[in-house]
Amino acid sequence: MTDSKTGYASRPPHPLAEPPESFPYAPSREDPTLAAIAKTHDLWIDGEWRKPRRGRFPTLNPATGEELSRIALAGPADVDRAVRAARRALPAWADLPGVERARRLFAVARILQERSREFAVLETLDNGKPIRESRDVDVPLAAAHFFYYAGWADKLEYALPGGRKPEPRGVCGQIIPWNFPLLMAAWKLAPALACGNTVVLKPAETSSLSALRLVEVLEQAGIPKGVVNVVTGPGEVGAALVRHEGLDKLAFTGSTEVGKTIQAALAGRPVSLTLELGGKGAHIIFEDAPLSQAVEGIVQGIFFNQGQVCCAGSRLFVQEGILDEVMDRLRSRLATLRLGDPLDKNTDLGAIHSLPQWEKIRSYLEIGKEEGAELWQAPAEIPSRGWWCPPSLFSNVTPSMRIAREEIFGPVLAILGFRTPEEALAKANDSLYGLSAGIWTDKGSKIFEMARGLRAGVVWANCYNRFDPASPFGGYKESGFGREGGLHGLLPYLRT
Amino acid sequence: METKDPREERTMTERRDGVHKTYKLFLGGAFPRSESGRHLTVTPASKTAASAQVCRASRKDLRNAVEAAGKAFPGWAAAKAMLRGQILYRMAEMCDARRAEFVELERRFQGARKDQAERDLDHAIQVLLWHAGWADKLAQVLGSVNPVSGPWFNFSIPEPSGVVAILPPERPGLLPLLAMLAPVLVSGNTAVSLSSGRAGPSALTLAEVAATSDLPLGVWNALTGDRKELLPHFATHRGFAANFCATDDPEEVRELRTEAADHVKRERFLPASPASFWRSRKVRDLEWIRSFTEIKTAWHPIGL
Repeated sequence: MTDSKTGYASRPPHPLAEPPESFPYAPSREDPTLAAIAKTHDLWIDGEWRKPRRGRFPTLNPATGEELSRIALAGPADVDRAVRAARRALPAWADLPGVERARRLFAVARILQERSREFAVLETLDNGKPIRESRDVDVPLAAAHFFYYAGWADKLEYALPGGRKPEPRGVCGQIIPWNFPLLMAAWKLAPALACGNTVVLKPAETSSLSALRLVEVLEQAGIPKGVVNVVTGPGEVGAALVRHEGLDKLAFTGSTEVGKTIQAALAGRPVSLTLELGGKGAHIIFEDAPLSQAVEGIVQGIFFNQGQVCCAGSRLFVQEGILDEVMDRLRSRLATLRLGDPLDKNTDLGAIHSLPQWEKIRSYLEIGKEEGAELWQAPAEIPSRGWWCPPSLFSNVTPSMRIAREEIFGPVLAILGFRTPEEALAKANDSLYGLSAGIWTDKGSKIFEMARGLRAGVVWANCYNRFDPASPFGGYKESGFGREGGLHGLLPYLRT
Repeated sequence: METKDPREERTMTERRDGVHKTYKLFLGGAFPRSESGRHLTVTPASKTAASAQVCRASRKDLRNAVEAAGKAFPGWAAAKAMLRGQILYRMAEMCDARRAEFVELERRFQGARKDQAERDLDHAIQVLLWHAGWADKLAQVLGSVNPVSGPWFNFSIPEPSGVVAILPPERPGLLPLLAMLAPVLVSGNTAVSLSSGRAGPSALTLAEVAATSDLPLGVWNALTGDRKELLPHFATHRGFAANFCATDDPEEVRELRTEAADHVKRERFLPASPASFWRSRKVRDLEWIRSFTEIKTAWHPIGL
């Protein structure tokens, strides 16, 4: 049977569009005690756990709002101590034969793999993301990053063209966000350490646990003391790190707003900077796309990690002829997503990471309605505790609306139409951001033409939100500069 | 006008017999005067030589230049790499054809000795040729095909960053400007440069080279004027994706970098002096090209 309009085989409705009541999912809950979370956490400086002078603050389980542990609040003196420790550790680490650094980083990857279940549970408890994602994406990818960069440590002379001698930058400050706490730590640490740098790592205040647990792995793997130091606390700790005179390099992943203040703060100083900032990814669906797969791609693009992803496909552009059909298919697909206990292996959508983030998402839902867009939310039973947001679609969106321009960082999709590829390109590129984009079409030449025209650092064709340690990731325009992953991910950590 | 140096005399005779030249701006492929009607007098190094007049570009001229560069960007970025290389090569040919004029300008306004000016010109042409050859090799040397651990194929390629602000030093006149322009243009960026003081006549003569080398309109826009006056406007203009600045003044660096943060601009700074830096091999640096490129990674699934 073929569709009279497109000539393609017509597609039956998704079999799960109306899940029968008779097939409920039995809970399949991962054991939270596997995470074995200590009641308090200290600062990791110069190979020792140091008690903070300024006390501790709670870190919460976003799915329940309950306290998981108390995290050390680093002060400027702690930051200073950490930077000095990294400076002291630098010569020996940088001069260590590459093969020795490689050996230790390989070991980090292996130990992470071995402890993957523990890390997955820990990450899900602290972050709120579904265990399916922490188990299948965050932890394996983190281990893979260490494995990939381990192999570079003794081959750095092949990384720079023209026979330039590879030299580490020196002491690196690394500030990471809360959406992929362990993975972002791996993205930052693995290339920095492979190149012979030493590090002061500042995790996000609401998601420090996996970075602190990673310290155990680094120690087990034989990373010498002072090579990695971890200071925890809110933005002011990061600001103290940025201000510290002892840094040679700063790498930041987070919002464009904070990235700009960091770039300005470093204006008068010879500190090399890389920024991986926000995005408003354009996801473009052409009429000749394989629609069932495209709908899965859209779901993966915006609801992965509750949409709290810098490269999320948060602006959906659908060619007008299939706009209604895509909307129908999306709604019925979203009705099948399961929102709830992140530790349950059946869960598709976990908790929103924190109260402030939940409030931000809610405010954008209000803004979108006030702007005249039409909101549809998937039916979902919202748990009584914790922070949650059901899959949300905005239709009747115009490109000038705030929900189409600003990064929401939540499970909220703004849907717009387009007629021609040129129009799609113009609309997609009409953004201050340039991190990611997606294209769905069965026509190869169209993919190349669109991929060339899109001003974005990552372009996923007929897929979305794929990550790989060997593949560079990073933005154009106000989405930042510098790349993480692959050969290009070494460059921020080598003198050029 | 009397001259002691017979070579000088010949030059002046040529000038007297020829047409007195005023240097205009190079905007969108045209040579307009500054909309402000202002000009600057460039005094010669030797009292006996003739001075020149260049436009003193205004903030509005800068805006027009950025607009022209922005409009030219998509086409130049999409131009075939070999074509960009051929156009840079053509510029080298045209520079060589104007050898006498460039050497004369370095002598007259920079006080360079003739042999030095000739060596500088040779070096500048060499730099241009070096870059011309890079155009169709960048993707292979700076890009990669990545071994994805899964059923996907992807590759990473360098693409130009956008419109680049180029702030060359005042001396020598031609060599630093070319050494900064070539690595910016070769990957597909477009540019707006500001040449101040004594560098003005050389810059606008290079613009005449560009205008006769098939460089598409607006790909490079050359301003002359007062650097102190225009630097803040270069710094704050959000049409620039990147700054490429040669300076020995930490205050200029601070100002550009502080304002760059507002638009997350890419930046590269070079020393303005000594002249030996510009005469060295260091001006042929792939990292300069890389500084004004972005890496794009494009993915596709593999499967039947």
